This record gives sequence, structure tokens and C-alpha cells, in this order.
Amino acid sequence: MAELAYRAEALTRTYGEGASAVHALRGVDLQLPAGEIVVLLGPSGSGKSTLLNILGGLDRPSSGRAWFRDRELTAMTDRQLTRYRRDHLGFIFQFYNLMPSLTAEENVELVTEIARDPMPPHEALALVGLGARRGHFPSQLSGGEQQRVAIARAVAKQPDVLLCDEPTGALDSTTGREVLGVLQHLNQSLGTTVLIVTHAAATAAMADRVIRFADGAIRSEERNASKLRAEEIEW
Amino acid sequence: MVGPLDRKLLRDLWRMKGQALAIAVVMALGVTMQVMMSGLVSSLDETRRGYYERYRLADVIAPVTRAPEQVLHALAALEGVGAVEGRIGGAALIDLPDRDVPLQAQALSLPYDDAPALNAIRIEAGRLFERGRPDEVVVLDSFAAAHGLRPGDTLAATTNGARRSFRIVGLARSPEFLYSAAPGEMVPDDSRFGVLWLSPAAMAAAFDMDGAFSEALIGLGRGANEQLVLDAVDRVLEPYGGIGAYGREDMFSNRFVSEEIDGLRESARAVPPMFMAVAAFLLNIVIARMVQAEREEIGLLKAFGYRSAEIGVHYLKLVLAIALAGALLGCLAGVAAGRGMVQLYLAFFKFPFLVFRLEPAAFATGIGVSVLAATAGGAIVLRRIFALQPAEAMRPPAPADYASAGRWRGLTRWLDQPTRMVLRRFSRTPFRMAGAVLGITCGMALSVGMLTIHAGFSQAVALSFDVIDRSEASVTFTSAVSDKALHELARIPGVERVEGRRDVAVILRNGRQSHRGSITGLPAAPELNRALTPALAPIPMRSEGLVLSGALAAKLKLEVGQTLTVEVREGARPVLTLPVAAVADSVLGAPAYMAMDGLNRALGEPGRVSAAALRLDEARAPEIYAWLKGLPTVAGVSLKHEARDAFVTVMNQGAGWTRFIMSGMAFVITFGIIYNAARIALAERARDLASLRVIGFSRAEAAYVLLGELGLVTLLALPLGAVLGAGFAQVLAAAYSSELYTIPVVFLPTTFGSAALVVIAGAAISGLLVKRDVDRADLVAALKTRD
Repeated sequence: MAELAYRAEALTRTYGEGASAVHALRGVDLQLPAGEIVVLLGPSGSGKSTLLNILGGLDRPSSGRAWFRDRELTAMTDRQLTRYRRDHLGFIFQFYNLMPSLTAEENVELVTEIARDPMPPHEALALVGLGARRGHFPSQLSGGEQQRVAIARAVAKQPDVLLCDEPTGALDSTTGREVLGVLQHLNQSLGTTVLIVTHAAATAAMADRVIRFADGAIRSEERNASKLRAEEIEW
Repeated sequence: MVGPLDRKLLRDLWRMKGQALAIAVVMALGVTMQVMMSGLVSSLDETRRGYYERYRLADVIAPVTRAPEQVLHALAALEGVGAVEGRIGGAALIDLPDRDVPLQAQALSLPYDDAPALNAIRIEAGRLFERGRPDEVVVLDSFAAAHGLRPGDTLAATTNGARRSFRIVGLARSPEFLYSAAPGEMVPDDSRFGVLWLSPAAMAAAFDMDGAFSEALIGLGRGANEQLVLDAVDRVLEPYGGIGAYGREDMFSNRFVSEEIDGLRESARAVPPMFMAVAAFLLNIVIARMVQAEREEIGLLKAFGYRSAEIGVHYLKLVLAIALAGALLGCLAGVAAGRGMVQLYLAFFKFPFLVFRLEPAAFATGIGVSVLAATAGGAIVLRRIFALQPAEAMRPPAPADYASAGRWRGLTRWLDQPTRMVLRRFSRTPFRMAGAVLGITCGMALSVGMLTIHAGFSQAVALSFDVIDRSEASVTFTSAVSDKALHELARIPGVERVEGRRDVAVILRNGRQSHRGSITGLPAAPELNRALTPALAPIPMRSEGLVLSGALAAKLKLEVGQTLTVEVREGARPVLTLPVAAVADSVLGAPAYMAMDGLNRALGEPGRVSAAALRLDEARAPEIYAWLKGLPTVAGVSLKHEARDAFVTVMNQGAGWTRFIMSGMAFVITFGIIYNAARIALAERARDLASLRVIGFSRAEAAYVLLGELGLVTLLALPLGAVLGAGFAQVLAAAYSSELYTIPVVFLPTTFGSAALVVIAGAAISGLLVKRDVDRADLVAALKTRD
């Protein structure tokens, strides 16, 4: 079996207390091999984003343990988590979360500044097909372009893992396919592990592994034998 | 190479330039005040010192009746004495054709070479008198200016009973006479007291002082003890009719200038810190809320793997850029304003040149306080945000939990939804709202405080000249004369009432505290010149006790019932021990009163008066003044309206002048506070407002949510600010009061009303400015992104 990127045991996450408590995760066990595209599917509120946040070191579980490779995330201090994010992860969010006051290229630089072995920002932008628009501010870019800047920002540091939370949620189908194509390309060319959280079931067609979520728990996990290329996905 | 974070910093600053400028300006005003006032005070101090030094102002003046010049050698030989100069001085009456009443003046001798060891003069126009020309005179230039006198003009003056005509050859200034006032008056007035410098020969002839002097001027040696020198000088001059040497603190002009500069120093000490504190408080709140608004970006940076320290430094840079810009702007403006003010005060104090000096401590304080307030404001919030998990920080702040905040159930049934939004924000974020209320409270307090002081100054004039003193003119006699002189005055047609007065020069002592001044003897129940309780009830005069003004009682640390020692400095110079019978409310100076009969008895001089207050028929005033001019016992006449004008001038041009500047700044700061509060509220609610617009609220309806909040905050701040302002006014009044005048604290309904109007107007203007932004908001963008 291939090396594992992530392993989790009995993860739970509860927000609030007493009667108003929300159980976002109700005991999740998981093993994710490195180098795969994994799609976490489920309706909103099913806990998939919470899992992504915990694996990304952005949140902590209420109980249970999680590992990145052989390091236990749940035992790390805040400082170590920061280090972990800085060295290994790239994030892509539904609403892009670009800094409005920085240009496309500067948004990428924001990350390459602090990365160990980044690629030049303009290369990262070229990779997502935005080489010509690197001097534009987010407000001057379309939604798809903004998301591609966010991807460029995430991949520029050449991360081991790309964590994507609804990366196509705010995009039309054509642009969405383009964005997924970029992710697939990165997975194949750089061997980056890609974790995509989405409620768009069609995305599953391009995954190596599909995990379905409901009510804070994993309902099913399956290997996808007939992977499609992103542009072949029926939206 | 500028990193992306620094570029973000610059662009963020540019994006929030309106807000940043508003914050920086408020901070700048606080710092300006500090730098300006301290620079003003140290410049005036330095200039005065330089002026005194260059023109060798005597440290001690010792008047005698008549002493031979050889005595000067004995004085020079005393330990601690550095320089000695003898001169002849005497009273003169100047008769000007344009004046109804004669003007009092002091005539002084000066060496022909214009190089006295002490008390040199500075010729501003013309020249000094020449040998063999006893009719040539040099006149104090401020007096000359007040009457349009120039070199070449002639001047009629009476000295020692003989009327002579002089020719003005020069105009001069002297550090000894920066200020002058007619005897018995507290308020200096250039136009009503003159100084004439005459040749030694002319003075010796006029006052029969050949080979003698009537005033010894003494300069202290290095490290000399002034009190020891005063005592030694008094012993030497005793046989020659010495009436007591006195130091600089008792020289009228220096005392006045010192009081004025001390007054400025006091207000420089008390007022700017209050402005600074308010500005710093505002800075702290605004910065805190500004950083709060950056929460999502901070979360994102953390998600990327930026360390808390790196993010902290980034935001501190932002915050410090604003705070430092404000502080530096304040320093520059403070230097400029200080320079401008010093120029004004130069003219007021009649300093011939300026030594401009800045107070480095003021810069350090200004910058330090700004940096500290901003850093603290930013750091507290950053700590809170860093404590969050990045995922939480990054999430658009989840709908705040309004459920726990009380629904105002009983109330909300009657309120529409937008009003509920306004009210619930108060119950949901009480601390944030309290901060906003407190900020505007400070603004209201500044306004109330400054307006109260303005009312206090007006009240001071009204109290002194309408309530305490109800005469129209007062007459000073050449010496203490028989009270028959009062009958003579009463017989003048048009004089309606005459009230005698006996002024006696004294030193009042209570232990280590002492005051050199006079005791005023009044009739048992005076009508024209009264002592009043703080409730303005007249205080009857006693024979066996003194009525002290509040300022004097405070200076001597005395209360009713305690006793004090009175060293009389006239006649037989008895030393009396008297109880304090009452403390009177006073505005002008620090008077002490007693029943005239008792005072005369204590002096062993029954039935004497030295002055009289007159009430007269205004229509016949010119005839009355002409009549008075002819009376040989009359040394001077002072008209109340002139004294009143002089007082108003002193209050509006001296230390009191700063109140106008400070009020201006108070209003600007008040506006700045309200505007900042409004901008922040807008930043915090942009998303809500856009949502309201999206679901179909009109612009006005959406703006109501924001402006309702601002209105409510303002409304809550008004009464709080009124209370805080009342306290602030007490501090201000104490700072503006001096030995020259006491500023009463009077709370008028109009003061609070006007202050409230200032605040409400500020809120209305801020509201309009912010509403413009609400109207222009791009709805989709506002919903998607922050701010």
C-alpha cells in the first residue's frame, strides 16, 4: 500500500454546549494515501468542511486523533500547526479569499515569501493560465480568474497537499471544469495530494477515491476505477 | 525590496485613508496642544530670562525716604550683593489735553551715559536726554503709544507739587515696566500709568535729592540668599526711612508677567493631557475596532502559515503608521502654532526679542502616548483573534448570537425590525457600544468644559465690575488724608454717593506662607465696593478681624477663625495679629478687607482715607472730572469702564487667550470622535446594510439602522458628557485662575445646551457623510467581500 497522507481515528467536533450544541463530526475514521485526488462529498452541514479544516490544521477536534504522514496533528502546538501549514499545505476556498489590496501576482507572493521551496509567482500564474493578468487586482478579475489566482497561490509553494473547500462553488460549469482541470494537472504532474470538499456530485468522476458524508459521519468510501479527465465531466 | 505584506499595508492605508486621516488628525490635535503649549511656556520663560539678563533687571529694590550716595558703598559691601545702583524716584501726574483726568506716573532718574549698573532701558525711538537739558524726558513707549505721543512732543507733568513742561526726546522699554498699573489697581493698563526717565540733575532738583537717592537697586551675587540680603539691606537703610526692600516676586511688572506665564504653564500642564487622553482613548478604541474588522484576513494569513508574530508586526505597522503620522503631524503643527502664539505673546508681554525654544519632553510624550495607545488598542484585539482557530477567524463572522442578548420582548412588540436591530446591537455588544458612548462622552465633556470656562470669564468680569464694585469712578488721594476730603467730593455737583476707603500696604504672614499686598479698610456696611459671600450676600466689615478673599485664604492656607500676622509697611509700621473673620468670593486679585475705623485705630491714625469710590450722574461726568483735576489732594482718578476694559483685555490677550484656541480644538476633536465612531459603525455593519438593501430596503431605511445607532449612542453620551464636563470645568477653572484673577465655575443651562448642540451637529454631519457611503455601496461587492 502506498504511503499514507492522512490518518484519522474517531474524530469528533462539537460546536457550542448543551441543548444548542452542534455535532459537526461524530466519530470519523479515515486513511488517505498520498498522491491521490480525494473527493469528500456531502450536503452542506454534513461535516466535510470541518474535517478538511482539522486536517488542514485550521481547527481542532473535540476528541479523536489525526496524523499527517507519521506526525500527529492533534498533538501539535499552534506554532507547530503554523509550521505544518506553511511547509506542506496549499488552501483553496470557495470565495477565493484573495487580498483585495494586492494584485494577482502579489497575492501569490504572499505565500511564496514564506515557503521553503516555492516556484516563481509568475510560473504559478502561468500554470493556471493567468500569466498575462498578473498585474490585475482581484476586483478586475472574473470569478473563475480569481479562483485560478487562489489556486496559483496554493500551488506556488509546491505543497504536498492541496486542500480545496468547494473550489467550484461560486463558478459556472465551464469555468468550474477549467479549475478542476488545473487541479488534476497538478496532481498528475507534481504528484500533489488533492483533497476536494464539495457537494457537486459530478466532481467525483475525476477522483481516485470518493468519500460520502452525512450527519457528521462517513457513509461510504469507494475507489473510482474509471477516472475521467476534468473536461469530460458532465456537470 | 518591498514584500507583498508591506505592499498590502500601503494599499490598506490608502483604502482606509478617510478613517486613517480622521484618527491621525484627532491624535495630532492632542499632540499639537501639548507641543504648542509647552513650547510657548518655555519660549516665554527663556525670553523673559534673556531680556532681564540683557537689561540687568535688579533682583532687589529698596525704597528709602532719602539716603546719601555714600550709603551705596555700604550696600555694595554686603555679603551676597553683586551690583548696586542708586536712583531717584518719585510720583508724577501727567496732564494730557485729551484726558479729562490726570494720569499717574513714576519719574525715575537715569545716568547720562545710559549705562546704569542695573535696570537699563532700551531706547526704541529718539535718544536719551542730554546734559544741561533738564526739560528733556524719555517716556515709556507703551504709554506713549497709548496716547499717540512721539519724540518732539511736549508733556505737562506735576512733580512734587510743581507743574513743569517737558520735551519728549525718546521712547523706551524696560524689563522693569513690561506692565504697569495705577497704584491700588490690580489690572495693568498701559494708558493709565506712565513712566518718565529724567536726567539725574532734573530729578535731584525736582525732589530735592542732590547727592542722595531714594531707591537702591541691588543685583544679587551668584548663589546669594535673597532673604538674607533683604534683611541686611533693611538694616543698613533703616535710619534713612527704608520701608522694606523687596525682591523680584514683589515687583509689580515681574509679578504680573510671572503670574501670566505661570497661568500658561498651569494650563499647559492641565489641559493638553486631557486632550491627549481623549485622543489616545479614541485612538485605542478605533484601532481596536479597525483590527477587529481585519479578522478574516488575519485568519487567512494564519491559514497560509504566517506566524502570529509576523501578522502582529504587520498590523502593528499599520497601526503605528497612523499613530505616528498623527503624532508627527501634531509635532509639526505644534511647533508652527507655538511659534505663532509666541509672536502674539511677545506683543502682549512687550518683549523686544524672542528666544524660541521647544520642549523635547513634549515631543517624546506626544509620540510616546500615541504609539502606546495605538499599540495597546491593536495588541488587545490581535491577541483575541490569535486565540481563535484560523478556520473560525476566516469564516465570515458567524451570525452573532443575539438570542442570549435579550429580545426586549416587552418593548419590541411596538418597534419595527430596523429599530430592533439598533437596540439589540446595544444588548449584544455592550462593551463595544459603551466604548462608542464613552468616546462621544469625552467629546461632550471637552465642549462643556470649554464653554463653562468661557462663561466663567464673562462671569468674572460681571462679578467684579457690576456686583462687587458698584461705583463709577474711584479717586486716589496723594496720601492718607482726613475724611473731610470725602465731604469735599460729595459737594461736587453730579456726585451722588461717596464712599471712603483706606488702603494700607502690608505683608500678611501665616507661618511660612506670606503675601505682600494691602489691606483695604471699608465702612462697616459698604455700598459701592463690597465683599461678598459665594452666594453674593454682602459681608459686613469687622474691626477686630480680616475678611480675606478666597484666593488669599488659599494662598496663606487660612480658614475662618485662624489668626495671621500683619506687618504694616506704612507709618509707625506696627505688627498686628488678627483673626480671619470671613472669606469672601473675589475675582480680581487677592484682596483683604477690614472695617476702616478698626484699621485706622490699629495704625493710630483715626479718620484717614486714602481713596474714595464715587457713584455719579454719567451725564455730568466731564464736569466732575474737570473738577477733580483741580483738587490738590487728588493723585489720580480711575474710571471703572476703563478698568473694566483693561481687565477684559488682560483676560483675552494673556494666558486667558489660549481658551479660544483650546475651544476650537475641543470642537474639532469632538467632531473627530463622532465621525470616527460613525465610520467604524459603518465598517462593522456594511454587510448587514447591503443585505437590507438586497432584500428591498430603501437607502433611507438601510441608513436608519446605522444612523439610529449613532443617534442612540450620541443621546446616551450627552448626559454623561455633561457630568464629566462639569468635573473637567473645575480643573480648567483652577488652571486658568491665578493671583491676578479667579475664574469662577458657573454652570448655565445654555452652556450645556450649546455643548449638546455642538455634539448633535457633529453627529448630524458625520451621519450625513457616512450615509453618502451607504448610498454609494456596491451591493454585490459588499455582500461578497469585506468592507
